[in-house]
Amino acid sequence: MEQFNNRNVADNGYFMVDIEDYPTDGWGKFKRIVQRTFRLELFVGLWVVMREMIKFDIHTISYPQEKMPIGPRYRAVHEMKRLWESDAERCIGCGLCEKICISDCIRMDTKIDEESRKEVTEYTINLGRCIFCGYCAEVCPELAITHGGEYENASDQREHFVDYDYMLTPIDVMKANAQKEFEGFGAITPHEDERVKKTPLSY
Amino acid sequence: MDMAYLIETVIKVVVILLVFSALAGIGTYFERKILAFMQRRLGPTNVGPFGLLQVGADGIKLFTKEDIIPTNVVAPIFKIAPVITAATAFMAAAAIPFLPAFTVFGYEVHPIVADINIGILYVLGVMAVGLFGPLLGGMASANKFSLLSAARAAAVFISYEVVTGLSILAPIMMVGSLSLIDFNNYQIENGWILWSQPLAFILFWIAAFAETGRTPFHLIANDHEIIDGFGTEYSGMRWGLFFIGEYANMFFISFVIPIIFLGGFGDGSIFGALALFGKMAFFFFFFLWVRAAWPDVRPDQLMWLCWKVLMPLAVINVVITGFVMMF
Repeated sequence: MEQFNNRNVADNGYFMVDIEDYPTDGWGKFKRIVQRTFRLELFVGLWVVMREMIKFDIHTISYPQEKMPIGPRYRAVHEMKRLWESDAERCIGCGLCEKICISDCIRMDTKIDEESRKEVTEYTINLGRCIFCGYCAEVCPELAITHGGEYENASDQREHFVDYDYMLTPIDVMKANAQKEFEGFGAITPHEDERVKKTPLSY
Repeated sequence: MDMAYLIETVIKVVVILLVFSALAGIGTYFERKILAFMQRRLGPTNVGPFGLLQVGADGIKLFTKEDIIPTNVVAPIFKIAPVITAATAFMAAAAIPFLPAFTVFGYEVHPIVADINIGILYVLGVMAVGLFGPLLGGMASANKFSLLSAARAAAVFISYEVVTGLSILAPIMMVGSLSLIDFNNYQIENGWILWSQPLAFILFWIAAFAETGRTPFHLIANDHEIIDGFGTEYSGMRWGLFFIGEYANMFFISFVIPIIFLGGFGDGSIFGALALFGKMAFFFFFFLWVRAAWPDVRPDQLMWLCWKVLMPLAVINVVITGFVMMF
């Protein structure tokens, strides 16, 4: 914190880079060329790439075989959650997600069932239109529609629909208590506090 | 003409063609792998073990692609240009001694297609003819990028032929012959020419990068400025011929530099032959190394470097060598 309160940056180890004046006359240019040539500046670059090759610190992820863990805030294909208490569907068919959807990709149909509760009969999301803004998950009063981590949704058509049954947590997953809650938009990645850096905004 | 000689020559030509076509392919593999490692990537990994069969996959792709001749190109020149690049690259190999003479079934084989007495002149001359590939290909294409590339190609090659010729002149004066075999034999007795002509070595090495159009002087086909330059409108195997020509040129120039300056294959022992391959491998590796590390120069910087720095140095080198030899 102290380092941010002290706004006198000149004393904090900052220093002016020593840049020589650009040579204007021929003799100055000549001297600069000779200096650059015999200081062997080009070999610094050669050494850097050779060092990286020897260290062999490869950053490539062989994607289909290896995958990066993605953060809990990641907004990929939607999921429909169930209630922990009764394993029943959380969706109450209020239609807010359909209403708020700014790319108009959610379409739902409901009816009143025999217990005079609203029941969802049709529910599709057109992933070709969806911009994964997360408004539907944010507006949902029951935390029913959320975003999952499934990002591999390449399709051979522009119109690519997912329906209610596809998104709904399977009942056997639910029985095994394996349903994952979407931690929401404020959630931070696990162990994020180890990587976080202070910014001047911290005061 | 002696029948045995004829058969021997044909076999040598076929072997060189096959070996260096394959090497050109494998050269692309090495380039991808080494560049990738230097940039902390993996390079090709999926086709075959360690991605080794990537070369074959590329070959199949190039051979089976449609050969497109765009509408507004000058078709006959457009078609012949890649052939010039590939053909001259391999023609230059005729005067290069790849190995010392060896004996197979009591028959002495000289692994050089033609030990002509103007060897080095022939090699450099034919490699310079290769400039007509990019030049004609670029001018025959119907777009500005290719035209720019053709103009740059002409400028680069004309400039650097001067440096190549002048830098090699001093060693030629010392050896007193243009045959690469004589260069080799001279160095057995007098040590590597590198020690007596270090400046000529560096100049020739720099010019080799321009000669093959490799990275510091890759502005003939700089992807980020002029797409693929002369190769923009080419597809399939015609483009592949440009590619093979470029890589074959890299291999041949990597042979020529050690033969002229670094003792060649030495006294003809198996060690000397292996040493020549080692030196060749280093110079080929250096082409790739430089590509990973250094930026490209602008055309005007290249001209400046050639005409104002390298050429005067080469001339001074020739003059000094002349005086030293005279007195």
